[in-house]
Amino acid sequence: MIEVGIAVALVILGYIFGSAAERRHFKSIIKRERELNRLAAVATRFPPEDTAWRQQLVTGNVVIASDYFKTFTASLINIFGGKVTPFESLIDRARREAMLRMKADAQSLGAEYIFNVKYNTSRISQFGAGAIEVMAYGTALTPPE
Amino acid sequence: MLISNLEFLPGYKIKRHLGLVQGSSVRAKHVGRDLMATLKNIFGGELTAYTELLQDSREEATARLVEQATSIGANAVLNVRFSTSSIAAGAAEIFVYGTAVELEDD
Repeated sequence: MIEVGIAVALVILGYIFGSAAERRHFKSIIKRERELNRLAAVATRFPPEDTAWRQQLVTGNVVIASDYFKTFTASLINIFGGKVTPFESLIDRARREAMLRMKADAQSLGAEYIFNVKYNTSRISQFGAGAIEVMAYGTALTPPE
Repeated sequence: MLISNLEFLPGYKIKRHLGLVQGSSVRAKHVGRDLMATLKNIFGGELTAYTELLQDSREEATARLVEQATSIGANAVLNVRFSTSSIAAGAAEIFVYGTAVELEDD
């Protein structure tokens, strides 16, 4: 009985803190995406050859943990199958955050483009649904001085 | 040392291909950090300690890649790729590889 109580309490705590954190995070992501909108990040492998661009590898990474509510609902969905929306938003946050950090890195170099952007996703840690790590990397092109 | 994940660089000519170079690094956090992460799993959010750990790990792997490239006389590494895998409980391996080349101004 006590165990059930603890589990229910954890789910409620996870829901309250987890969804508040998610809302805050999305708000911050949208704000920063607008600020960095001008810096184009593309997946093309071939950079323009008109200028002698300076180039440098830029990276951005983030590790985001799942909350107890997400882990719990995901395990319920796992029984019946279907879209695991709690994890969809989690991974979306991680990807966009990694992209933003990469862009911030490029902006600090004064870059105008990031070419050949690649994402790398991996599952971190042994416990529960654990956490996911997303890394974004690409080559920043900076106009010559 | 120029590191890029493009296959060629505008303004440069590839003089010599020197083959694949690589670097890797395996790291783990101490138990206290893992415990904190377990707590964080209730509330959700970013695990800053792990973000930093992986960042450091990546830098070290890249340093090893550069070291290897330098030793064979390369001045650039092109088409660099990163890969991550968790090889044991609590430990992650970061692997970085690319093609070592000798570049020349066009």
